[in-house]
Amino acid sequence: MTSAAEFAQQLKDEFGELISEPTEFRGEITVNIADASRITEVCEFAKHELDFDYLIDISTLDHYGEDPRFSVVYELSSISHRQHLRLKTQVTEEHGEVPTITGVWRTADWHEREAYDMMGIKFVGHPNLTRILMWEGYPHFPLRKDFPLEGKPTEVPDVAFTKTAPMEGGPFVTIASSENSTVREPRRRNPEDGK
Amino acid sequence: MSTTQDIEIRDTAAKMAAADELTDVQGEKMVLNMGPSHPATHGVLRLRLEMDGEIITKAEPDVGYLHRGDEKIAENMTYNQFLPYTDRLDYLAPLANNVHYVLAVEKLLGITDDLPERCQYIRTICCELARISAHLLGLGAFAMDTGAFTVFLHTFTEREKVYNLIEALTGARFTTSYTRVGGLSRDLPEGWLDELSNFLDEVEINFDETETLLTRNPIFLGRTQDVGIITREEAIDFGLSGPNLRGSGVEHDVRKAQPYMIYDRFDFDVPVGTTGDCYDRYAIRILEMRESVKILRQCIADIPGGPINVDDGKIVLPPKEKVMTNMEELIHQFMLVTQGQDAPVGEIYFGAENPKGELGFYIHSLGGGTPHRLKIRAPSFVNLSILSQLLPGHMIADVVAILGSLDFVMGECDR
Repeated sequence: MTSAAEFAQQLKDEFGELISEPTEFRGEITVNIADASRITEVCEFAKHELDFDYLIDISTLDHYGEDPRFSVVYELSSISHRQHLRLKTQVTEEHGEVPTITGVWRTADWHEREAYDMMGIKFVGHPNLTRILMWEGYPHFPLRKDFPLEGKPTEVPDVAFTKTAPMEGGPFVTIASSENSTVREPRRRNPEDGK
Repeated sequence: MSTTQDIEIRDTAAKMAAADELTDVQGEKMVLNMGPSHPATHGVLRLRLEMDGEIITKAEPDVGYLHRGDEKIAENMTYNQFLPYTDRLDYLAPLANNVHYVLAVEKLLGITDDLPERCQYIRTICCELARISAHLLGLGAFAMDTGAFTVFLHTFTEREKVYNLIEALTGARFTTSYTRVGGLSRDLPEGWLDELSNFLDEVEINFDETETLLTRNPIFLGRTQDVGIITREEAIDFGLSGPNLRGSGVEHDVRKAQPYMIYDRFDFDVPVGTTGDCYDRYAIRILEMRESVKILRQCIADIPGGPINVDDGKIVLPPKEKVMTNMEELIHQFMLVTQGQDAPVGEIYFGAENPKGELGFYIHSLGGGTPHRLKIRAPSFVNLSILSQLLPGHMIADVVAILGSLDFVMGECDR
């Protein structure tokens, strides 16, 4: 049986410099794709040539303060080979775009909408890139690290509004310092304030 | 002009109705909002259905009414603190969520192989008990939606017994929060396994009775057979998992494909459907519960004694009497409570077979006691994404049967 590491090597043989050396952590193989705009090709190859027929999930990461700021993480699985492979690619804040892979797996549709809704990454060519968990017209991207836990007040007339969550000493991990607990609360923590 | 010709009419009744419609004067298409508060949507799912007469021409599911930002909350908590939030994902199987979440964290910490045997057996019991409980409710509600109300009362009575067992085990009926990273919150109460054993005998009778009410019931067959057919290719393409994927003939169960915990030790089968219609998904759930009973019986027979937590003061809280007398344990206690387990830098994905399908956690850690990012791969979210493909061509009455057969929970869909 072909292992995930061998599949990753096959990807590297096919795409060369585009694909990083596979890394292994806790038995999982991750490969990084240097150019996000070629993600569709890589996925096509993984699906049709390597038999990774099942897209488990798409997640996003916000490396706030770093460049490129965002990562998109694709979890692939092969039902027949019983293997798992992770593809990662980076997106800068200014560019903020990745090609859609809805043409490869239709399940990517909702995952990409969620990634757009929560992190604000645009998927070019997506058939219906609208908000999915939040409502249409909501102005923020809540899973970005510069979005405070307590939320931001918003209002979309006749649709919905949000206020900041009350400070009630939630069970959150506070920052160690001599400040009072209100300041150390993560709900108050906002990278925009320099804290 | 009618658009019924543009779409593939999916079932026989709809085909007859469509034939009628074509001779009729074509009216305007109607938009029907189903939900977010509708008994058949099992929570707060909203469907925007565009209809031509009784036939659906376009369906847009709208989710997010129960969005609570669990993933954001997780980034600001230690790993153990997030555990109660997992109760509220698939709230029909909180025990299974608890187990799978801590397994994901343990994979990140690299302590999966250190778990004591007894702990693994108890966790397996939790998962399978949760599966029985979730499928009992799922089947009951499905049958009720298709007009068989008795089944619901029948399965609900049995589910009550599961909750009594869970209450004896965890102290709570619904919000169990039973597991901890590296172990369990408490051991089995005395005599609990005997009670479980009695329950298994009773629940098997209940399965037989449920089957006599449904399996060859012509009304139920009429409502479910050849309705909501998902082909094998569609099921994989849309990333379905759990009974919905296996109903379409794909033999994929995470317990067999990537065995976690001790599932490779047990003798059980994975039921697989043939046509992928609503009836197949019903049949799979019944058979799966029978397999769960088989696994539980093997657990009861094999469960060893011994500790239930890993022997590591940096992972599991030390016993209280040692905290009060020993310096080292006091430090461990302090560090665990204030900062949590110190996770390495890295990222993992752990997927496991929840009653609704593959529940996965992707954890990205920059080290320290809180995750940098925790993504929950909720099976119900993915399973619902097929609705816009599946519903057009069906009649409005089939919607409730299809929703019931997909057996989703909005708590985990919206997170």
